[in-house]
Amino acid sequence: MPDMSDTLDLDATINMLKFVSRSVIDQTDLLTDADLAIGDGDHGIGMRRGFEGALEAMDATPPDSIENALKTVGTAIMSKTGGAAGAIFGTLFRAGSKPLAGRDVLDGEGFATFLDTGLEAVLKRGGVTEGQKTMIDAIAPAARAARRGADAGLRQAIAAAAAASQQGVEATRDMIATTGKARSLGERSLGHPDPGAISVSLILKAMQDFTAGA
Amino acid sequence: MANPKKVLNDPKQVVAEMIDGLVLANDGRVRKLPNHAAIVRTDLPDSKVALLIGGGSGHEPLFHGFVGRNMGDGAACGQVFAAPSPDIIYEAAKVVHRGKGILFLYGNYAGDNMNFDIAAEMLEDDGIDVRTVRVTDDVAAAPPERTHDRRGIAGDIYMIKIAGGAASELDTLDEVERVARKAVANVRSIGVAVAAGSIPETGKLTFELADDEIEIGMGAHGEAGVSRQKMKSADAIADELMEKVLSDLPFRAGDEVALMINNLGATTMMEMLIVNRRIRQILDSQGIKVHRSDVGTWLTVQEMAGFSVTLMRLDDELKRYLDMPAESLGYSRM
Repeated sequence: MPDMSDTLDLDATINMLKFVSRSVIDQTDLLTDADLAIGDGDHGIGMRRGFEGALEAMDATPPDSIENALKTVGTAIMSKTGGAAGAIFGTLFRAGSKPLAGRDVLDGEGFATFLDTGLEAVLKRGGVTEGQKTMIDAIAPAARAARRGADAGLRQAIAAAAAASQQGVEATRDMIATTGKARSLGERSLGHPDPGAISVSLILKAMQDFTAGA
Repeated sequence: MANPKKVLNDPKQVVAEMIDGLVLANDGRVRKLPNHAAIVRTDLPDSKVALLIGGGSGHEPLFHGFVGRNMGDGAACGQVFAAPSPDIIYEAAKVVHRGKGILFLYGNYAGDNMNFDIAAEMLEDDGIDVRTVRVTDDVAAAPPERTHDRRGIAGDIYMIKIAGGAASELDTLDEVERVARKAVANVRSIGVAVAAGSIPETGKLTFELADDEIEIGMGAHGEAGVSRQKMKSADAIADELMEKVLSDLPFRAGDEVALMINNLGATTMMEMLIVNRRIRQILDSQGIKVHRSDVGTWLTVQEMAGFSVTLMRLDDELKRYLDMPAESLGYSRM
């Protein structure tokens, strides 16, 4: 029996997703600068477009389930962000929402399942593996950490995922990009963290801040 | 460094306002879909294989400027330097479909590949046959054994021209796909960057290049090339680019080619013609015949300075589709 004080109901889940959206939007310049270092500099404005779309969509038609709340965010990102980031982050939220169908609360196990399922879909869509200096290097360790922490409850699972994703971001500094627009930089990509991985860590950090204060 | 000057209104609205202007400049030959950033022909025949092109905006006239008779039937437009989303591609595809299937033709970038693939899966669920040909002409992006890792650059334009002609004349998606695959196997390009361009919304240059430096092989979004060097003469740059392009296919004496020299944005026509002079000397000396030349501006990277050289080896079939009349904002041929 999950500890009900350590779960999020539908309204709280929507509020968390809105908090996440605003947090990422606030970090647009940080993402732009990270992408300018090894990409073309559009990652910040792309993520901002996606999460602005997510806020609009959640306000226009309040989601009627936890599954739909996550799916609404994913659909907005896929439609408004565009580019590789739109396809990847959109897929993460859309695919990750599916196994939560019929659930009235988001608990540690549900959160871990969201990340597991989303990660699996992103790996398939992107055709990349860990170690290629992409957002996978943040989301994969986060999903493993969430699974390990799932039994300890939602707050623990999210905190563990956020910490693991931050370590993942740092690890991308030592990786050489072998996919995406940074690929042709080769060794020149060393020393710079991957912008997509940073976005993963920002999303999870915002979830952690929200649940810590909830 | 000060941000580059651009003639803009709201930087967030550049794509929407550009599309409005593009439609008007087509004098009725194309229209925009009501709720999506996509351009489609207004004079589409009732029955034909459909050609859908697309990619990130900011490279005008590529891609959306190449919609018209014997060119693309529609184009899905992304934000600046970002692939269009699956819903834009899907809606454009549904509108241009004329019962004979759709060829997706676009540059080989991770974002475009994923978004077009998602749209293709959605269309297949609707029972519509979709084939995909990705343009992989940039020899600087990966070695010859990894052409699937190569980016699409100005080879896009000849590919659209040929696939557009084939999609008008040939009756089946199989045949149109076959011609497009033959064309992409025979096209090679390389670029050189002399100065950086910037993204309108951030106002920031996409890469840094010193005043006395050039980068051979730089991609269309400032992706790193094969070597950064001190500025040198037009002939010396042309020699190096041609060595890399010619040796890659390789092009041989007796080949007939189409030659495109494409301005990345801010290079003058005078410089392009000076480069063309040297390139023709090289081709003549190697016994390679130029069937046709295109020197102009088709794939830009905002105010990036520099140019790319594209060669396509031709046979009678490719010549036929390359030489067909075509009408579009960015490329017309009578």
